[in-house]
Amino acid sequence: MARIIAGVASSHVPAIGAAIDNKQTEEPYWKRVFSGFEKSKEWMAKAKPDVAIVVYNDHASAFSVEIVPTFALGCAAEFPPADEGWGPRPVPVVKGHPELASHIAQSVILDEFDLTICNKMEVDHGLTVPMNLLFGSPKEWPCPVIPLAVNVVLYPPPTAHRCYMLGKAIRKAVQSYPEDLRVVIFGTGGMSHQISGPRAGLINSKFDKAFLDNLTRNPKKLTKISHLEFMREAGAEGIEMVMWLIMRGALDDKVEETYRFYTVPASNTAVGHIILEPKNKAAGKKKPAAKMKRAAARVKPEIRRSK
Amino acid sequence: MARKDMRKAQDYDDIPGTFVFDAERSRQGFGINMFCMSLMKDENRKAFKANEPEYLKKFNLTPAQTEAILKRDYNRMLELGGNIYFTAKLGATDGHSFRHLAAVMTGSTQEDYADMMLKGGRSVEGNRSKSGRPAKNILVAAGKPAAKPKASKPKSKSKARSKRG
Repeated sequence: MARIIAGVASSHVPAIGAAIDNKQTEEPYWKRVFSGFEKSKEWMAKAKPDVAIVVYNDHASAFSVEIVPTFALGCAAEFPPADEGWGPRPVPVVKGHPELASHIAQSVILDEFDLTICNKMEVDHGLTVPMNLLFGSPKEWPCPVIPLAVNVVLYPPPTAHRCYMLGKAIRKAVQSYPEDLRVVIFGTGGMSHQISGPRAGLINSKFDKAFLDNLTRNPKKLTKISHLEFMREAGAEGIEMVMWLIMRGALDDKVEETYRFYTVPASNTAVGHIILEPKNKAAGKKKPAAKMKRAAARVKPEIRRSK
Repeated sequence: MARKDMRKAQDYDDIPGTFVFDAERSRQGFGINMFCMSLMKDENRKAFKANEPEYLKKFNLTPAQTEAILKRDYNRMLELGGNIYFTAKLGATDGHSFRHLAAVMTGSTQEDYADMMLKGGRSVEGNRSKSGRPAKNILVAAGKPAAKPKASKPKSKSKARSKRG
């Protein structure tokens, strides 16, 4: 039986990708951002998932305004990096997991979530930046990826509650897959930011912190946040955070926060990152519990801020 | 045919300095966004640069939309249905960084904008509401709404029109 062993949330700021591609990660401005993901990379290297489901949004790369699917699941064998205007990012082609992806599609559609199925799709920084942050910059990505593109560009995106419930349906789908696969699910985007109009530059750390706090213990509260509140408090583009709730919905009701990182800014955006694991971690691990405890002890929750 | 520029009032219209790209704007701004999307191809960028007004004729734009594009009035483009992820492609075609666009939209200089971000960004305090209606929040209770929102209008419009690349 496949199972979800952890949830990861991370911002997907395009400038982070540019800093990686232009080898600026050691510059003080960027080091502040990247240093927050060092422990996460160690954690991921130990977690060694068999598959990653990455919830993200497309930014006028694969989808223009001609067709705007609310939820689009990538069922292809591979997903080439999109040309976002400066040539495709120099990252490996993302390999899919068509068998699990089509199983998820069939399961959640019958659970009344009307997904769009993408058998051919390019992926942009929304997906590849969080991959870099958690997997580094390897020649090949270490595991297959199932992209789930969510419309958060054209208002209205799916509601926070709908996203959370889709997460639950995805969890059910994964658990009904016969092969013994260990799956990590990513929620990406956010945190507070607005990049459009005269109010551009908006950051709301109070909102972000409260969001992170509630994500672990009280996600149901977050499912009640209206789109108006997201946009007003966290910026017009901060509404991306609904995608984190798909990740959260796919996890156990009770989870532990393994790691947290928050810094302002990366270009126009508050960078937030969290790793959540089931309380009964043994259930999700291959290795003996004692060994994993030591590994977990090295990755203590932590907050850094630059202000 | 229904008037292209008519717009229903929405609760989020109360957020200052913000043009929400909703279904209605998406319909009105289809031409702007398809024009911007066309700039993903080098041959189109060249054709646009060679004769901007002529190139724009292909996209069924209103005169106001054409004017906003020609003048690089990024806020007006958003108001008329452009979306930032699309209009950013026009900025890139002009060789401008996103920070340039942010400075144009916020009526500040690139340096001041970058400095504001380094200092923690634009505060939500005073930037929640045009009307001063109290915000009913689930997550973090909002403080008293300020009488005058800070991010109402860009200070200088000329900046938006200065660089035509």
